[in-house]
Amino acid sequence: MRRRAILVYGAAVVGAVALMLFVGWWRVDGPGAPAPVGQRPVTLTEMDFRLTDHEGNAVGPETLIGRPTMAFFGFTYCPDVCPTTLSDISGWLDDLGDEADEMNVVFITVDPERDTVETMAEYVGYFHPAIRGWTGPEEQIARVADGFRATYERVPAESGDYTMNHTASVFLFAASGRFVTMIDYHEPKEFAVPKIRRALEEEMEGAT
Amino acid sequence: MKKYFLTSTLAALLTLGGLSVPALAGPEDVVVENAWSRASIGMNRPGAAYMTIRNTGDEPVTLIGLTTPLAMMPEIHETKTNAEGVSSMSPAGEIAIAPGESVALEPGGLHGMLMRLQEPMTEGETFPLTLLFDDGGEVTVEVPILGIAARGPED
Repeated sequence: MRRRAILVYGAAVVGAVALMLFVGWWRVDGPGAPAPVGQRPVTLTEMDFRLTDHEGNAVGPETLIGRPTMAFFGFTYCPDVCPTTLSDISGWLDDLGDEADEMNVVFITVDPERDTVETMAEYVGYFHPAIRGWTGPEEQIARVADGFRATYERVPAESGDYTMNHTASVFLFAASGRFVTMIDYHEPKEFAVPKIRRALEEEMEGAT
Repeated sequence: MKKYFLTSTLAALLTLGGLSVPALAGPEDVVVENAWSRASIGMNRPGAAYMTIRNTGDEPVTLIGLTTPLAMMPEIHETKTNAEGVSSMSPAGEIAIAPGESVALEPGGLHGMLMRLQEPMTEGETFPLTLLFDDGGEVTVEVPILGIAARGPED
C-alpha cells in the first residue's frame, strides 16, 4: 500500500518536472519563443536570398562579399523616415569622399508590392549615386529580413492605403561579410561616419 | 576666423528668416518658422511638411489639425522608433504648446503628413498650409518645397 503511494507520488513529481521542462523549452527555444528581436545579423555568407537590383541585375548576399557593405530597409512610399535615412546616408558618403567608392550601399524595400524594379530605379536616382535599390518577391524579402534579424509589418492607414513599420537602422558589414555594427536611425554624423570607417578599416586588415 | 563664422551664421539666419515668412495672421501669438517640405514623385505617395511652431503669447494654444489645397487628408503624424530600431508612424492627436514654448515638426518625429496629394510637389514651388487651433484660430504659412533629398530648411 505504502509502496504504491510512493510510486504514485513519484510519477506525479516526474510528470511535474517533465511538464516544467517542456514549458521552459517551449518558451525559450520552442515554438513559443519570442521573435528574434535585437539580435545581431548573421554573416552575409550564411544568408541565402535572391533579389533584383534597380538596374534589373540578379543579386544576392554573394554580391556584397569582397567590399564593405552598408545596407538598410525601407520603402519608397515612406514620407519621413526613408527619405531622411537616404539623405543622411548621402551626406555620410559625401563626407567619406573617395573612401566610400569601394563600398556597397544597398536600400532593400520591405514593400515589394509597390516597389517594383522601375520604382526603385526612379527613387534611388534622387540620392547619392552609390546607393543601389533592391527588390524581389515577398518570400525573398522575408528571407533577407530574417538574415538581418530585421522586422517589418504592413499597417493599414486611414487614407485607405497602407504603410510599413520596419527596422530603420543602417547595417554595416566588413568585406568578409561579417557584421560589424549598426547605425541607429538619425544617429548624428559625428558617430555615424567613424562607424563606417571602422567597417572600411576592417576590410584593409583582412586584405593584408 | 571666428568673426567670419559669426557673420556667416548671422547671414544664414537672416536668409532663413526671409525665406520662412513668419506667419503672424490669425492667433497673433503663434509664429511658424523654418517651414519646408520635400518634392514628391508623382501624386501617389504621401508628402511630409516640417516647421517650428512657437507660442509667443501668455496663454497655451492647442493645435488640432491641418488643411491645405495640396492634399485631401493632411494630418499631424508622429514617427517613433522603438528600442529594437523599428520605426512606426501614427496620428499625433492634439498638440498643446505652452506659453513661450515651441514644437518642432522635424524628420523622425512630428510631421505634417500630406495624404492624397491633389498635385505633385515640385521643387522650387511653395504651397499654403493652414494650422487649425482649438479656439477656432488659424495660421496659414507658405511652405517651400525643397529637393527630395533635402535634410532641413537650409538645403
